[in-house]
Amino acid sequence: MASTEEIRTGLAEIVNEITGVPAGDVQLDKSFTDDLDIDSLSMVEVVVAAEEKFGVKIPDEEVKNLATVGDAVSYIEKAGS
Amino acid sequence: MNSAPARKRVVVTGLGATTPVGGDVATTWDALLAGTSGVQTLTDDWVADMPVRIAARAAVDPSEVLPRVEARRLDRSAQFALIAAREAWADAGFEGKSDEAGLDPDRVGVVCASGIGGLTTLLSNYDNLRDSGPRRVSPLAIPMLMPNSPAANVSLELRARAGAHSPVSACSSSSEAIAFALDMIRLGRADVVVAGGTEAVISPLPVAAFSNMMALSKREGDPTKVSRPFDANRDGFVLGEGGGLLVLESAEHAQARGAKVYAELAGAGMSADAHHIAQSDPEGLGIIAATRKALRDADLDVTDVRHINCHATSTPVGDVAESVALNSVLGEHASSVPVTATKSMIGHLLGGAGVVAALTTVLSLHHGLVPPTINVDDLDENIHLDVVRDEPRKLDAGPVAALTNAFGFGGHNAVLAFRRT
Repeated sequence: MASTEEIRTGLAEIVNEITGVPAGDVQLDKSFTDDLDIDSLSMVEVVVAAEEKFGVKIPDEEVKNLATVGDAVSYIEKAGS
Repeated sequence: MNSAPARKRVVVTGLGATTPVGGDVATTWDALLAGTSGVQTLTDDWVADMPVRIAARAAVDPSEVLPRVEARRLDRSAQFALIAAREAWADAGFEGKSDEAGLDPDRVGVVCASGIGGLTTLLSNYDNLRDSGPRRVSPLAIPMLMPNSPAANVSLELRARAGAHSPVSACSSSSEAIAFALDMIRLGRADVVVAGGTEAVISPLPVAAFSNMMALSKREGDPTKVSRPFDANRDGFVLGEGGGLLVLESAEHAQARGAKVYAELAGAGMSADAHHIAQSDPEGLGIIAATRKALRDADLDVTDVRHINCHATSTPVGDVAESVALNSVLGEHASSVPVTATKSMIGHLLGGAGVVAALTTVLSLHHGLVPPTINVDDLDENIHLDVVRDEPRKLDAGPVAALTNAFGFGGHNAVLAFRRT
């Protein structure tokens, strides 16, 4: 299983691809909406791309709990373990 | 002269376009004057099995103009609209969103049409659904494919809040958009309206569908010779893509801010054939009605009309019907009105066709020059019009008028009347 940093880096690549936010800005403490300005539609795109990349399932009802990049990384770590 | 109370005059103060012969208005205009064709043999991997393998692609791909992240959230048709809107807005002398440009956003409107909407977005998402399941359908699919998406995105871009509308009438859509915008300003619903349309459907399904309805030319050989309106050997249209927008403004608003004025949008006329869902009425009755309405609306006499940018798509029946109709309305004056068919160079932009013809007409009045119709090697003996061929023609001086025609499958007819100011 990928390390926390590997997941963060992978997620940062996805966020950059979809939203144009610089990958370096995608840090664990950042809020997707407040810090990275990612709207709900783009968030769905990020989630689907993350599912594909990390081989996990992130149900729609979980997405609202993923406020920060750290939340998403933790969820992917747990879901993949 | 009619005796109705004076109503607001509407003028054109900005132009924007991206077409098969140019990524902006200036390049497009120069190419049209030079008689340049934008029709090419398609190199896409899907064309091999197609009955038609040519089209008029946009000369400048939107990916060369728009940032990647912005482009991926927009259907290609909306990409064209945004590019044209930015050019038209800047050309009108505005910078930034409407409030930043000193305008009241509630007095700025958008009417941006497309004939078919975000069809390629729909099809690519259907491919994802079929091949990879529902999870792979983009959450952006609906906002990208809805036919009002170009209008909505232009409204967002300009912070235009007087209304964002999308009339749909196939190949007359963007002329209807301009007519709708004229009404918005005359009725006092807006001071400034960005109006026009866009289309981007050069993909396998539309090509097969238009071909199967026997609308597209199947002529082989040099692709630049295929679109030949008014020529005896024409056999259908060539699919094009692109879009354009005009900035329309009440004359008083334009004058108050010292805006450059290209021409007056003096009037519009619309009608429906109620003849056949796809075929032209050979007697052109709907075209005649729309033309007469446009002249009346613009308070023009037949002899004021000194130029017509024809719909003329290069179909056997349609071009003759237009000639019949124009002769019926103009009578003896028809023989002294130079007409042109710019689709000979750019193909048929469907929902973008009317506005590109309109802005070409506006430029013809502004510069006093009519671009030629190319490929008229042998003028059809059933076309009784003074077709400008080979070289541009000088237009009469003074406050003369010019008409722009756009007709759509479904029997829609929209005629716009512009007048030099």
